Amino acid sequence: MSIKGKAYVMGAFEHPTREAPDKSTPQLHVECARGALEDAGLTKDAIDGYFCAGDAPGFGAMSMADYMGLRNLRHMDSTETGGSSYILHVDHAAEAIAAGKCSVALITLAGKPRTGSGGPRGGGNAAAPEAAFEMPYGGTTHNQYAMCATRHMHEFGTTSEQLAWIKVAASHHAQWNSNAFLKDVVTVDEVLASPMIATPLHRMDCCVVTDGGGALIVTSPEIAKQLNRPKVRVIGAGEAPKGTYGGKVDLTYSGAAWSGPKAFAEAGVKPGDIKYASIYDSFTITVLMQIEDLGFCKKGEGGRFVADGNLISGVGKLPFNTDGGGLCNNHPTNRGGITKVIEAVRQLRGEAHPKVQVPNCDLALAHGTGGSLGTRHGSATLIMERE
Amino acid sequence: MSQTDEKKAPAERKIFAPVVNEETAKFWKAAEEGKLLYGWCLACNEPHYFPRSFCPFCFSTRVEWREASGEARVYSYSIMHRSPAGPYTIAYVELKEGPRVLTNLVDCDFKKIAIDAPAKLVFKPSDGGAPVPFFTLA
Ligand SMILES: [Zn+2]
Repeated sequence: MSIKGKAYVMGAFEHPTREAPDKSTPQLHVECARGALEDAGLTKDAIDGYFCAGDAPGFGAMSMADYMGLRNLRHMDSTETGGSSYILHVDHAAEAIAAGKCSVALITLAGKPRTGSGGPRGGGNAAAPEAAFEMPYGGTTHNQYAMCATRHMHEFGTTSEQLAWIKVAASHHAQWNSNAFLKDVVTVDEVLASPMIATPLHRMDCCVVTDGGGALIVTSPEIAKQLNRPKVRVIGAGEAPKGTYGGKVDLTYSGAAWSGPKAFAEAGVKPGDIKYASIYDSFTITVLMQIEDLGFCKKGEGGRFVADGNLISGVGKLPFNTDGGGLCNNHPTNRGGITKVIEAVRQLRGEAHPKVQVPNCDLALAHGTGGSLGTRHGSATLIMERE
Repeated sequence: MSQTDEKKAPAERKIFAPVVNEETAKFWKAAEEGKLLYGWCLACNEPHYFPRSFCPFCFSTRVEWREASGEARVYSYSIMHRSPAGPYTIAYVELKEGPRVLTNLVDCDFKKIAIDAPAKLVFKPSDGGAPVPFFTLA
């Protein structure tokens, strides 16, 4: 069984807030749910499937479902793969819809690491089998992703200037997004002059820390037909974990090397067919490695591929993260997966900002890496088309 | 800005006491004797790290834990500047026996750290637990 054509993303909402000192995390979840329902033209009681991950406060999906008053649920899924969870949830929602287990699926993400108590912890709990062998070494997302950059530079000659181009491209897009956390266009020199965080990654190689959230509504084809919104059809998806493999860790590639080909095969398209790509940008190196692993260029050639504005809409060959991405716009609750799907939906609907809208954007990809590129992470790739 | 303008790992950074469980107790007991253990599978002849009660490659339980020589070379690293106790270096080193091990490079000139640089095992006390294996430039 394939999910190709079995489900549609009919509602998408990104919370406009980036600092929410006066709202609770559950409240942000429900505001996102309301926004996505209104976008789709549906009401709460139509929801019969609910998907959330580790940022949802409480007991799996049950606390949020109970709090929001979701009375008609017949399918729940709280699969946790960090920031890629919500991309994977679209796949799981499509599977559930294809199997007849639900027809209107709600996916929510929200949290407030900027003004509140920090984001979800994800890994790092003391009972994890790896904990004793990793926690003493002060691993953080910054320095674990940075080790991937160090190794990539060593093996392929990738440079800090090339990585900086990824931030520069994101900033060119963010200038048109009135909600973006960072709206200023930056230069390669400014990225390189920003303070060193974890060598070789500078402050501007890192994503923003923001409050906020987002939600998606995924429906069956029958429901989609009844709605008065452009139809964004799910045509392919792949997911894969990658780890340290008993000491055979290889930092030069990500799980996208497995999730990407599965998604392209299911969709029946090639990387060169993609008109717009949302690529997870926790750090600049994350983007570069995923672009290679997804097949947009050969392994090791990512540095050359991203340089000279090749990711800028209207300028380069692969317009990416036209909302400004996690590097400039928003990385709500330290997890960027849902905003990756939301901007891809905007592009496919023709509802991105006119300055960054890709002409005739009928095929888009959203991809995420959740967890740590340097230890273990979950990759999720999603391919969607405009019907 | 130079990537390596700090010289020494600070003494102040607290080392988390490793959480010991039933499976890993003998690893940490060996650590108290200054020994680093890795797993060796008698079924498929593959080494693994961290050591387990089974082989993560072939799933056999015919596994023994062997003492590593302590010789290694740097696979990758990053000098962390965002640290209240001063910069420190996280790294993967590749043991002479094969597995790549997450660690810190300590007690060395950070400017001299490079991929493939030889490194050797040292133990340091943790904050109230077993000593923890680290590496320094050889
Ligand atoms: Zn084996």
